[in-house]
Amino acid sequence: MGLRKIVDNLKPTFSEGGKLSFLASTFDAFETFLFVPNTTTSKGAHIRDCNDMKRTMIVVVMALIPAFLFGCYNTGAQVGLEGLQAFFYGLVRILPMVCVSYIVGLAIEFGFAQARGHEVNEGFLVSGLLIPMVMPVSTPLWMVGLGTAFAVVIGKEVFGGTGMNVFNPALVARAFVFFSFTPSMSGESVWYSDWTMMGAQVDGVSGATALEHLSTTGTMPWSPLDAFLGFIPGSFGETSTLAILIGAAVLLLTGIASWRTMVSVFVGGLAMGYLFQALGVTEYPAWWHLIVGGFAFGAVFMATDPVTSAQTDTGKYIVGFMTGALAVLIRVVNPAYPEGMMLSILFMNALAPLVDYYVVEANIARRKKRGVKLAK
Amino acid sequence: MSNQEKEPLFSAKNMKYLTGPFSANNPVIVQILGICSALAVTVQLKPAIVMALSVTVVTAFANLVMSLLRNGVPSRIRIIVQLVVIAALVILVDQVLKAFVYDVSKQLSVYVGLIITNCIVMGRIEAFALGNKPWPAFLDGIGNGLGYGLILVIVAFFRELFGSGSLLGLRIIPESWYAAEGGWYSNCGLMLFPPMALIIVGCIIWVHRSRNKDLQEK
Repeated sequence: MGLRKIVDNLKPTFSEGGKLSFLASTFDAFETFLFVPNTTTSKGAHIRDCNDMKRTMIVVVMALIPAFLFGCYNTGAQVGLEGLQAFFYGLVRILPMVCVSYIVGLAIEFGFAQARGHEVNEGFLVSGLLIPMVMPVSTPLWMVGLGTAFAVVIGKEVFGGTGMNVFNPALVARAFVFFSFTPSMSGESVWYSDWTMMGAQVDGVSGATALEHLSTTGTMPWSPLDAFLGFIPGSFGETSTLAILIGAAVLLLTGIASWRTMVSVFVGGLAMGYLFQALGVTEYPAWWHLIVGGFAFGAVFMATDPVTSAQTDTGKYIVGFMTGALAVLIRVVNPAYPEGMMLSILFMNALAPLVDYYVVEANIARRKKRGVKLAK
Repeated sequence: MSNQEKEPLFSAKNMKYLTGPFSANNPVIVQILGICSALAVTVQLKPAIVMALSVTVVTAFANLVMSLLRNGVPSRIRIIVQLVVIAALVILVDQVLKAFVYDVSKQLSVYVGLIITNCIVMGRIEAFALGNKPWPAFLDGIGNGLGYGLILVIVAFFRELFGSGSLLGLRIIPESWYAAEGGWYSNCGLMLFPPMALIIVGCIIWVHRSRNKDLQEK
């Protein structure tokens, strides 16, 4: 227990009256990072548990790991590598992006927490990993950093920090980079790594994503099984529906994500897909929508964000369904955006409080009616 | 009249009408008026400056004229009289712009005409000119026009610098930085979209409120 002792010895220096008391938030963040906090809420009706936000967020990070590992492999595989070599190529390629996202984001989070005298919140542990996973692998690092900074400041801190944000921070980052630097976020070549190492064949490798193929020609050059397993070009972490579903299982088993949202996003996407198929707008099977692009990734890791999604059970069904339906609507109808998942989740983030409001109002009205009936 | 002449033209009180709208009583970031045109004409610095001057002229003279007319206009028809005055001034400004800075006038297109509907113009007439003497009303008009222009210029500065890499049409960020020339830099396309103007206005409000604690809402 040497570490515990060191932390305890350092504590008075950072507590009130100590020399470095202005760094109290930073110290607290590292202490709770190293040890499970031994304090529980003492007032009010709470479930007293040591499962604080840090543990919750770590479970989500663990759920992201299958998709992350597959992303590493696929990055290498797309430039002609095989096996472990492909995996390590991808890992080395993505690490700078992950570092930039974490360093920029955590620096801003620590700065704000310190300035406001708050505890450092752990929400960014997840956002910081999500940000590189939803970007094309060749996104320049300064764009990743700028997008992260924008997302943390404008997407989160102006609203009051973790738990108060209206929009999912990782998607705010992606939206910012997408609209600011469109040529680096869409097109034919951005989906492939451009680093010449380990014998990767990066020269002249380019090609549209499955989504772009679908929106322009109505077919894709990969089999649905390849798309499901993830051997297709796309943003780093979004290609493998299988790996994402493993993550979904982790989230559902631990009860961290809402199955209501998750299922209704898929149902909404399918319903809209079948509608377009029935109308003859699209030729390919509707379920292809669920295995290409960021649909599954968004449904599992982003639409279920407990802060920005709906809070009521009925609201979760409605918001989830609308998210899926809108995503497919944008994909099919708007030729400028082959991927509609980002926009539809952000849009439904904005509408979720409204949906919740009417769900609560309807519940009050229903109970009032029942009360009047009983009184008669 | 003799009462008015005793007070010097640039007394402390009158100066306050002029400088108040620059910060503590700014029409855009405190009263939240005139946001629409702040979003529309701030992609580049030059149109923003021209727009700021135009609105200043219109607000100042509309205030002056309405203040002169304030005792002669029945309250029931005052809005229509105000509209006639403002519209006449806007047409004058529009013609002047077309005559002397045609290219900017082209760029501003309908937004010069839309000064008529700028909430600041009518807001200042209703709130100030109808209850005050011509000289303070004139100063108030200039102050509010310039206060509005100040925000416009700040927003346009950031939007043109980061959205196009230039200021007043002059290149600030060197060509060699861009990806087309082998560099790494790229303009921020979002800056060219109106939402970014709103976000910049929000950031200005953020900075302004944290420096002026008395403006912070409870």
